[in-house]
Amino acid sequence: MNSRHTLRNSILLGLSFALMMAALYMVFVYVPTEKNTGVVQRIFYFHVPVAWVAFLAFFVTFISSILYVWKRATRWDAIACASAEIGVIFTTLVLITGPIWAKPAWGIWWTWDARLTTSLVLWIIYITYLLVRRLATDPARGARYGAVIGIVGFIDVPIVFLTVNLWRTQHPTTIIFEGGLTTPMLLALIVCIAAFTVLYVLLLVQSAELKSMKADITYLKSMMQGE
Amino acid sequence: MNRAFIKIFVIFWKDLLNEIRTREIIVSVLVFALLVLVIFSFAFGTEVDRKETVAPGILWVALTFGGVIGLNRTFAVEKENSRLEGLMLCPVDRAVIYWGKLAGSFTFMLALAIVITPIFLALFNLPMFLPWLALIIVLATLGFAAVGTLFSALAVNTRARDIMLPILFLPVVVPVIIAAVKATGSVLVGGSWGDMSTWLQIMIVFDIIYMVVATLFFELVVEE
Repeated sequence: MNSRHTLRNSILLGLSFALMMAALYMVFVYVPTEKNTGVVQRIFYFHVPVAWVAFLAFFVTFISSILYVWKRATRWDAIACASAEIGVIFTTLVLITGPIWAKPAWGIWWTWDARLTTSLVLWIIYITYLLVRRLATDPARGARYGAVIGIVGFIDVPIVFLTVNLWRTQHPTTIIFEGGLTTPMLLALIVCIAAFTVLYVLLLVQSAELKSMKADITYLKSMMQGE
Repeated sequence: MNRAFIKIFVIFWKDLLNEIRTREIIVSVLVFALLVLVIFSFAFGTEVDRKETVAPGILWVALTFGGVIGLNRTFAVEKENSRLEGLMLCPVDRAVIYWGKLAGSFTFMLALAIVITPIFLALFNLPMFLPWLALIIVLATLGFAAVGTLFSALAVNTRARDIMLPILFLPVVVPVIIAAVKATGSVLVGGSWGDMSTWLQIMIVFDIIYMVVATLFFELVVEE
């Protein structure tokens, strides 16, 4: 890791911290309480950005997998794998914050609505992605298998969404706000989305660098043993 | 192009002969699928009379779980006696191997369905002659085989390979399972073409997408 990378990471870390602090202030102090569902609605400002980052992460895995298949550079594989790990963590958070919000708002923990079901299926697919990478008989194989699942799994998303949407046409109407978002709400949401996106980029960069370094060490070790 | 078909057929014929002569998998899978039908009937008790919801679900759980065990064997048998290396040394395109294996898996799952479905219809006192159900089974089975053949080749080179295929395969085929269950439900209650066509279209689209994608990426999975 050279000094340019260190500087970039420090900037990302500082920016992420500042935005997170701003987001916390916006969510708990600045934004008014929503009149119908009350204080629990504030989880919306975490739930939505986290869901956005989860989908963004899997999309990055998809694109990096394609680039890895095409260019065969380990850098793309490191990014794909790092992004999938972050995606699984954020999807887990989505699946936790969702029911916490749904119980008071809709009166139920879970409904087989298209968005919820797709998130759950995606979560399982990418947990398997990480499992396959770990359980593949050698790392090069794991990288290729990962690329295949990263591509095949992501292609499944629109098909699952469409099918579940047709399957459950009678899902409860998900009225979150009457009259849409007010300006302060929208502002808070934008700040939260920016904060979580920067956090994602920071985590991705750090994790991908770590993976690249690990791969380098493995390579150097094998060279030293004269393989 | 014609030669490719012959090559695909040769690989398919090899698998078919192997299965006909040993009858290792098909019998055990048939018994397993039958047990799934029986156990689900016990689990649901009197609810099984709800033809539109419960009965199709039981049929498709039996066919999916039976199918995934069969798919696991598609490449697992090739692991013995370095048969996979032999297969890879064949002077054919990797896509040809995929299509040969796909034809084998498809035939296997179709054979499973041909035996299990009439038993299911008899056990649940449903009408026997349902041509639309045959179409649903063909489309769903093709989708299962298209995804399953790719993942079977992948799972075989992982540790814990027996569990790896089901957990890879089942989430990806969720759309096919939903479509097959809904379409079967509407066949069983004598629904109209309009009720069914959406689900059939989903299965056709899924089959085409995954046959193309798997053909493209199969090489990546079997490469050494």
